[in-house]
Amino acid sequence: MTVLVGFVPNPFGEAALTAGVAEARRREEPLLVVNMSRDDVLADAHRAGEGELARVRRDLDELGLTSEVRRIEEGNDPSEVLLEVAGEVDASVIVIGLRHRSPVGKLLLGSSAQRILLDAACPVLAVKPA
Amino acid sequence: MDNLNHLLTGFGDVLTPLNLALALLGVTVGTGVGVLPGIGPAMTVALLLPITYGMHPTQAMILFAGIFYGGMYGGSTTSILLNTPGESSSVVTAIEGNKMAKAGRAAQALATSAIGSFIAGTIGTMLIVLVMPQVVKFAISLGAPEYFAIILVAFTGVTAVLGSSRLRGFAALLVGLTISIVGIDFVTGQQRLTMGIPQLADGIDVVVVAVGIFAVGEALWVAAHLRHKAAEVIPVGQPWMGRSDWRRSWKPWLRGTVLGFPFGAIPAGGAEIPTVLSYMTEKKLSKHPEEFGKGAIEGVAGPEAANNASAAGTLVPMLALGLPTNATAAIMLAALQGYGIEPGPLLLTKEPRLVWALIASLFIGNTLLLVLNLPLAPAWAKLLQIPRPYLYAGILFFASMGAYAVNAQPFDLFLLLALGLLGFAMRRFGLPVLPLIVGVILGRLAERTGRQSLQLSGGDLSGLLGGPVSWVAYGVVVLVLVWPLLAKALVRTRRSEAAA
Repeated sequence: MTVLVGFVPNPFGEAALTAGVAEARRREEPLLVVNMSRDDVLADAHRAGEGELARVRRDLDELGLTSEVRRIEEGNDPSEVLLEVAGEVDASVIVIGLRHRSPVGKLLLGSSAQRILLDAACPVLAVKPA
Repeated sequence: MDNLNHLLTGFGDVLTPLNLALALLGVTVGTGVGVLPGIGPAMTVALLLPITYGMHPTQAMILFAGIFYGGMYGGSTTSILLNTPGESSSVVTAIEGNKMAKAGRAAQALATSAIGSFIAGTIGTMLIVLVMPQVVKFAISLGAPEYFAIILVAFTGVTAVLGSSRLRGFAALLVGLTISIVGIDFVTGQQRLTMGIPQLADGIDVVVVAVGIFAVGEALWVAAHLRHKAAEVIPVGQPWMGRSDWRRSWKPWLRGTVLGFPFGAIPAGGAEIPTVLSYMTEKKLSKHPEEFGKGAIEGVAGPEAANNASAAGTLVPMLALGLPTNATAAIMLAALQGYGIEPGPLLLTKEPRLVWALIASLFIGNTLLLVLNLPLAPAWAKLLQIPRPYLYAGILFFASMGAYAVNAQPFDLFLLLALGLLGFAMRRFGLPVLPLIVGVILGRLAERTGRQSLQLSGGDLSGLLGGPVSWVAYGVVVLVLVWPLLAKALVRTRRSEAAA
């Protein structure tokens, strides 16, 4: 069993990471941090840089957690990828950051968070940045 | 002074709300397609050709010129932020520009490229005003044989000077010439290469060729290589420059302009050569040679000025002689032909208002571009986050619609697909696209002037030789063709001397 964190390089991702660390400690389980970078765009704002991932790795090590940081670069649907990883590692909980969506945003874009909440086989912890 | 008066009349024609709106639309679309790698001004102008047939020719040219200049600005944004050049003319910018961005100086790199582009574009456009009428004065005295010889120079220039292999260049040129002779022979009335298909008797429309080769060909090529690791988005603040950045930029801007303009005006493939030359010059002259390769601002300022100046230079032969030296100019000429306007030395006398309004719109477009690009560069970079399948689906939709709109014949759609597959195959086998499109557009003109000269001399081949102008032109052709053989021979003799 693993605590799975969907990480993005912004306050939402940081909030998810912080909550994920707390969750991993509480459950005494290893932590898996996944960053998804879409392969059908030229630049992805959700792609975490090497430096960013290295910082997350170092922080988690310093916290004394059993952890892994993974970047996934295939596919174009973050929710699908996260659910796939959740099944693969038999996640006990998925932690994601949740953003406010405007009505127009809802009309234009599907929500990754919504799909994860509805389709996940395990509990999902959705957090907001302070 | 006469020219300045004409130019002021041109400004008067451009400064209507509709024309200004078109200039703004042109530079906005141009910057957008410049930012996106693989989608360039040539493809965009080709896609917009059928839509603009309802407009006044002047308005269409204002729109196209905006797209052309805008593409030169937009390409640098992608080069700097992504290390993927948005346009072939900004390949060199990526070398230092991306290093600057990685070192946290993206804002300065974007600023020097936008301001440098503005300065070079303005000086270049002023040079058009000064040089173009002189070239027309010279060109108007040229007869058919001279004109034929100059077209041959353009053919050899775009084919042999640039690209990895001359053989591939000439292959592409021949494909273009072959496409251009499809249809009824205008002298004898014979059907040529029509294969009994009645729709081919009128020839293949240039719009269908351009859209097929640029848009469909590129879309198929990208579809075949769709999966691609995304790049990180480098955060940029407001582009700005410090005092030392200004001090280090202004000389490269001016030197880049001087290098870029003449190279744009000769048929040598457009902006690639002057940007490389400018980069090498700056590297040699720089007081900070150790910074080159690590993000030297001179290495961004010079090439970016050079590519905009060469864009301006391109318009000189295009307007004065009807000769395209890059793909976008080629398609703009096709657009003029679509309006029944014959590009060539007589253009300035027959359509002075169109020409001067076009030049005036360049000054305005260039200023709009500075306003659009300097504060908004980070916003433009957001375009790169659009999923590529959406983009290319849109391009294919516009391409099919445009090709169908030309004659409202389903046959053109099959032709479009066939030409798209040809464009795909050319990209696959490394054949350059520019010689093909120049061949299609100048092929008919070359045929007509060549046959006119032969008719004048009663079929005697010496009629093609004409006067001194064509002798010089043929001399240039021979030199360009023979030079690599000579160079090889020279190297060989030197080597054997060294060995001996």
